[in-house]
Amino acid sequence: MHGLVYGLAALVGIAAAALGGYGMVGGAGSVRLPWLVPLGGLELTLDPLGGFFLALIGAAAVPASIHAMGATPGERRDRFTYLAFVLSMCVVPLAANTMTFAITWELMSIASYFLVLHDRESKSSVYAGWVYAVMTHAGLACLLAGMLLLGAWTGSPRFEDWRAAAPALTGAARNGAFVLLALGFAGKAGVIPLHVWLPLAHPAAPSHVSALMSGVMIKLGVYGLVRVSLDWLGIGPPWWGVAILIAGAASAVIGVLYALVDHDLKRLLAFHSIENIGIILLGIGSAVVFRTADQPTLALLGLTAALYHTVNHAAFKALLFLGAGAVVHATGTRNMEAMGGLVKRMPWTAACFFVGSASIAALPPFNGFVSEWLTFVALFQNRHLAAVGLNLVFILGIASLALTGGLAMACFVKAFGITFLALPRSDAAASAVEAPVAMRLAMVMLAAACVGLGLGPTLVVPVFGAVASSVLGVAAAPVTLGDWLTLRMAGGYASLSTIAIAIALGGALLVPLVALPLARASRRTREYETWGCGRIVQTARMEYTATAFANPFKRVFDFFYRPIKRLDIEFHPESRFFVERIEYENPTRSIFHDWLYRPALDLLRAGTRAAGALQSGSPNLYLAYILAALLLMLVLT
Amino acid sequence: MIAEVVAAGLQLLVVALGAPLLVGVLRTLKARLVGRRGPRPWQPYADLRKLLGKEAVVSTTASWVFRATPFVLVATILVSALIVPVLVARPPLAFAGNIILLVYLFMLATFFLALAGLDAGSAFGGMGASREVAVAALAEPTIIVAVLALALRADTIDLGRIVERFGREPWLAANPAHLLAFAAFFIVMLAETGRLPVDNPATHLELTMIHEAMVLEYSGRYLALVEWAAAMKFFLFMTLLANLFVPWGLASSAGPGSILLGLTALGGKLAVLTVAVAVLETSVAKLRLFRVPELLAGSFALAFLSLMAVILVQ
Repeated sequence: MHGLVYGLAALVGIAAAALGGYGMVGGAGSVRLPWLVPLGGLELTLDPLGGFFLALIGAAAVPASIHAMGATPGERRDRFTYLAFVLSMCVVPLAANTMTFAITWELMSIASYFLVLHDRESKSSVYAGWVYAVMTHAGLACLLAGMLLLGAWTGSPRFEDWRAAAPALTGAARNGAFVLLALGFAGKAGVIPLHVWLPLAHPAAPSHVSALMSGVMIKLGVYGLVRVSLDWLGIGPPWWGVAILIAGAASAVIGVLYALVDHDLKRLLAFHSIENIGIILLGIGSAVVFRTADQPTLALLGLTAALYHTVNHAAFKALLFLGAGAVVHATGTRNMEAMGGLVKRMPWTAACFFVGSASIAALPPFNGFVSEWLTFVALFQNRHLAAVGLNLVFILGIASLALTGGLAMACFVKAFGITFLALPRSDAAASAVEAPVAMRLAMVMLAAACVGLGLGPTLVVPVFGAVASSVLGVAAAPVTLGDWLTLRMAGGYASLSTIAIAIALGGALLVPLVALPLARASRRTREYETWGCGRIVQTARMEYTATAFANPFKRVFDFFYRPIKRLDIEFHPESRFFVERIEYENPTRSIFHDWLYRPALDLLRAGTRAAGALQSGSPNLYLAYILAALLLMLVLT
Repeated sequence: MIAEVVAAGLQLLVVALGAPLLVGVLRTLKARLVGRRGPRPWQPYADLRKLLGKEAVVSTTASWVFRATPFVLVATILVSALIVPVLVARPPLAFAGNIILLVYLFMLATFFLALAGLDAGSAFGGMGASREVAVAALAEPTIIVAVLALALRADTIDLGRIVERFGREPWLAANPAHLLAFAAFFIVMLAETGRLPVDNPATHLELTMIHEAMVLEYSGRYLALVEWAAAMKFFLFMTLLANLFVPWGLASSAGPGSILLGLTALGGKLAVLTVAVAVLETSVAKLRLFRVPELLAGSFALAFLSLMAVILVQ
């Protein structure tokens, strides 16, 4: 019964991927049911950009659904909510008017809310659900306000009509609509500082849902940002692009910084989603700036890089979440400090997680590297911009992308090394068994996607480039293709061939294999325990922990983490040389919580308390209010 | 075509065989500077040979990551050697991804090495791995921005084309940005290859070491591969410094004459740089680990200033 519903979800995924693919290659179609809902009715349209995101959602839903078939009955019990979640996500990129969009967007949010509340007994899940509900509805409020205002100004709730009417609007109106819509979509995408719900909500859901939430649901925020900044509102002022670039740079660096000091495997991955959304925004932001600067081919390059990274992130983040799900399934914990040694007990999961780690750390020749390379090259094109200020913003983007790459590599050394290598740090990890076949199949599918997207950029870049050029309305290709599956930039500026790198790496691996016998190297190998300064037995307590691993970063970036040190030692009453109990804690503090949300919530609370004075409970007073309101209306009209 | 293949092979050989010599010369020079006689310059070859003849001990805790890492390291550095303009201006794999690829290939090597450090389950390995990735992560922005300061003037990020452009139009280098970028890259080179004042390659003191702690569990042929890869990485970084910032003398074609000239020029430039590193290493003390980020931040500031100089001068 469970399997049936998840099988159905996988079929929905396949159908969505097929329909989306049809849309991406230029297939168009629309459905209109005016009688179904008020205010314009239900209207769905398939266009290349919508098709792209539809295909992405469909393609990610297949492995996630297969993975769920291997989950425990407890983990997969919300099956109909899951199906509704997948279906509503599929419809969002097709929505063609305000009403349709609002309904499907809200359905998606509600379905995911119930999936976040999966563990209804746990206090932290309930809190996560609450924060998620508040943030997502604040976002919806912004979106609705923006859309209704746009509808009023342009005289139509249909997105199609906005494209034609938006350029004629006043600058203030377009800026206002941009701010409202961009805030709403950025909230869904988890852009700093609207990210607070994401690290709470994603880990709380079952892993196949986390994979979809991180892999594709937040991408619908990206979808909206592309629509707002490049499609619906026409060509905007440069500050739109600058704002997106700065938000992207901040999200990338801050996301990975939080991930470094978090040792909950799934929360770490959730923070990395913020980082990768930041990288995607760097691409989109550069596209917006180039478009305003009248450089359409460069804008195309930036948007193509962003779309490529969107797909890549969906592949490796879904893979990593499913891998984390397999680990949680086997060990029953999300705490990395209680893991270790799983590479021997779960070789398939370890190998797949390894591919995902290398991909997200942008190591060549995996897929993350290709899209980060494209993003770098897009940002390097600031040489075509005249304004020094814009150049500065681009350099900020370049530096933060480079820093993010290094920190992500460090973070995944921690994530893979502490989780899978060395000795198990708990009994649960020591007795872990390999994940069921369904889970392994799902992970292998996504690992293959990561490798394929890494080795075959020349096959997919033209497709993504076509989607980007349909959005921007330029008939060009972002890069040219050369021999050896090479991506080339005009004038020999840059080129990339991951297949050549992969072949060269493979060939170079043979060199030491051939050179060692030639140099008459000894072939003897002895297996012996790790050298440990003369101690008798090696135990897991002597291993480096995730906390210790992250400590250099905590100290380097202490102005950001603002760690607190709590040391509590209880001495033996007889002598201070004997310690009975020692407790050490070194938590970090969130600047967004302390300096943004806390003051805002305090203000809100004070405001509601002040407003509460109006509600005395006396009917006479309420009648007086009605009378006052009536008089006021009479005077005003 | 054949000349190019021969040139590529020659370039690989120069990196693979020259790297231990460079390390040896540096050690001898350092010893002489402090008044010791020191080992002969070819001592590293003897060390490698000795290691190759020894039995390898692998921890029972370790997994395939530990055994695969030395091979991946060597492979990664060899591929990098085909991207860097060492002898010829247009190295054979230059088309595959230029400077960004090079930076991320070095990261691939660091990724594997750091995982191998964690694999045996020793606290030293974890400590070294954690420090190594911290230094590598903080060094990365400097490399990218410093090279961008060159790329912006050469109008390409292809290493070979940058070198050719500067070779043809030397006045492009007459810019304060050039010196600033060189200084930034030099500091990063010291950090990335584990030289003083970031890491001390000559010590095995547990609490201060970075690279040596990470590879503590390696022995025999595995250690030989790791040491060889480290030497090649140092060689490549020195070559990058020499050829990117002072590109003159590099072979523009694959003919025997120009290759010979390229080899001589490289030897001369590396000699000057080696003396500079030796003098620096004998005159500074190792920094405390948590002062290293300040040094790297300083190098980033230099690289950033260099880039701003380019943009403002344009």
